[in-house]
Amino acid sequence: MLLMLCVASLVRPVLGAEGPVTTITIGSKSFTESVILGDMLRHLSQQAGFEAHHRRQLGGTRVLWHALLSGKIDAYPEYTGTLMQETLVKEKLQTEAQLKQALATRGLRMTHPLGFNNTYAIGMKDELAEQLKLRTISDLQKQPDLVLGFGNEFMDRADGWPGLQQRYQLPHRNVRGLDHDLAYRGIESGTLHVTDLYATDAEIAYYKLRALEDDLNYFPVYDAVILYRADLAQRAPEVVTLFKRLAGRINAPTMSAMNAQAKLHGEAESVVAANFLEQSLKLNIDLRVQTAWQRFWRHTVEHLILVGISLSAAILLAIPLGILAARRPRLGHVVLGIAGIIQTIPSLALFVFMIPLLGIGGPPAVVALFLYSLLPIIRNTYAGLKDIPSAIVESAQALGLPSRARLRIVELPLATRAILAGIKTSAVINVGTATLSALIGAGGYGQPILTGIRLDDIGLILQGAVPAAALALLVQGLFELIERALLPKGLRVQASELRSAS
Amino acid sequence: MLVLSNVSKQYGDTQALAPTDLQVPAGETLVLIGPSGCGKSTLLRLIAGLIQTDSGALRLEGTVLTPANILHARQRMGYVIQEGGLFPHLTVRDNVTVMARYLHRDTGWIDSRLAELAELVRLPQELMPRFPHELSGGQRQRVSLMRALMLDPDLLLLDEPLGALDPMIRYELQQELKSIFGQLSKTVVMVTHDIAEAAFFGQTLVLMRDGRIVQTGPFTELAQKPAEPFVEQFITAQREPMEQLAAALR
Repeated sequence: MLLMLCVASLVRPVLGAEGPVTTITIGSKSFTESVILGDMLRHLSQQAGFEAHHRRQLGGTRVLWHALLSGKIDAYPEYTGTLMQETLVKEKLQTEAQLKQALATRGLRMTHPLGFNNTYAIGMKDELAEQLKLRTISDLQKQPDLVLGFGNEFMDRADGWPGLQQRYQLPHRNVRGLDHDLAYRGIESGTLHVTDLYATDAEIAYYKLRALEDDLNYFPVYDAVILYRADLAQRAPEVVTLFKRLAGRINAPTMSAMNAQAKLHGEAESVVAANFLEQSLKLNIDLRVQTAWQRFWRHTVEHLILVGISLSAAILLAIPLGILAARRPRLGHVVLGIAGIIQTIPSLALFVFMIPLLGIGGPPAVVALFLYSLLPIIRNTYAGLKDIPSAIVESAQALGLPSRARLRIVELPLATRAILAGIKTSAVINVGTATLSALIGAGGYGQPILTGIRLDDIGLILQGAVPAAALALLVQGLFELIERALLPKGLRVQASELRSAS
Repeated sequence: MLVLSNVSKQYGDTQALAPTDLQVPAGETLVLIGPSGCGKSTLLRLIAGLIQTDSGALRLEGTVLTPANILHARQRMGYVIQEGGLFPHLTVRDNVTVMARYLHRDTGWIDSRLAELAELVRLPQELMPRFPHELSGGQRQRVSLMRALMLDPDLLLLDEPLGALDPMIRYELQQELKSIFGQLSKTVVMVTHDIAEAAFFGQTLVLMRDGRIVQTGPFTELAQKPAEPFVEQFITAQREPMEQLAAALR
């Protein structure tokens, strides 16, 4: 009972229900700088007396942009270059005034630049650059055999690699996309030679990297700003006033130092953000840092809710669909076909597809997991029913049992083992895939995994990966027990005899 | 009892059963016989309503059988197939009584009927809580017969009921089945491919070939006045090994 109350009290934030107007939701991208700035915005909102949530590291720009447009979040840190060169590239904006105008037509506003230009840079090991005598990006033309690895976002963006390659006529063939944070490790181990950097990355100094000079002025200015919904000014004018106070207060060395504190010295982002606000804005920040156990408990509850709701719903729908497929062969082809197609969509893509429909947070994650869990159960229910020997089906018919009674008394009991096997498969897939839902702000064990990847912290990754694996085993065990209880006795004896015979 | 008029069945291009007329008088044992693929099982399955006719009508005591009334009609038919078709997840007791329980028959009646049938087919009481896979092939067929007889049907349909048994048990069960039929005086339609078995059970034999009835009558009539050369061939084909056996034993 107590547990249920706890779960119920936690469901609301997890499912991201539209709160009252006084709740402010901040978003951030999945790299440290954005998370620190996001925490600053949360502190400032709370300072102004509002309840504030920070949906940390919500995947890429597109996720945040749509979340802001749809009102799922109220503000997030962004860069002018990203807006002009990527998000709104079709509008061919030239000046800050034009950008503000374009944002206003969408019900959005931005603050003045915060004070640092986090442009892209192209970097490599200082040692290697020295050895090959590389100083500018143009110099790379002379070294076509170098291995290039870029962050996934940079790889695909119009203002990323495709444009860079064209501008500098770079001849390299060995170019791959990977997570930005993993790229540093590739550089360190020597499997990668060149990568994209953010100008304020703490790793530039740490890994002794050299940023190659952008001699053809390819990269635009990426001034950090705070992007927020215009209606925030009405709902919470105090918050907007505080946001505006950040303008011009953070210069590049300051940002770089904060990144280093969080990323290299393991300081919590919210602490780094609070220290800055206390020093530069003279604010008193009330820090409520969760203990490791509180975090673990929260991730566990979030994960269980994601899995519990999506899997139960999948079971409730998939078994009837499997029965339908077995009873109506033509409809069955359609049902199995559609479920099969859903399964072929990469899980990450499925999560992202849900964002325009359902926003960010719990609901899209639950729907994606639900869709993902359907096929194994449908297919096994179908196969379990189809595998019943026709002599048995006909005997039940010949007795005069109506169709529904045949299903209940004869066919479903005989298909129990197959159906439960399907549910077990779905459950394990579901628990594993649910770790990805952290990317769209649904929390769960994926949260420490994401943070761990971002901070290059194996311990943190294990804090998410180990419980997720344990939960998968636990869920599987639970269904083994259910199988033992549900499987008709006659079939159990048969199974054990078959096992001992073989 | 049962009247088939102009009944036919087609699977794709294959005529499984040509338009056929057949009458089964009440209380008689009628045996459908013929080589495999001759349509004898199709005919039996049409009577049980497991497959639908393409043309013609089946009448059970004057009532035309339709998909709407077939569920009810099946309660008046008992059906036994090769290998028994027992439900593997139910005990002997539950297999036999499943339909009676579905119809919410009185528990006392169910128990006494079960005991009565067990005695009739000579199945020991201690086998009642066993599962089908714990029984021998002969015992399974006895249970299957009990299940078919549970609701005291007017018509008993048997599709190669002894086909999967080894010869000794088969012989034993043949004797018993015949005595059971005699005691119950039910209308029986049985399918077999074995001419000796057909002659042993059937008052009337219906010999079929390629989806049509070739000749109907008692065994002696088929043997002495074959309607076509095929009738003679069919009987001879099964008689020769028997005669060799008999000669060797003499």
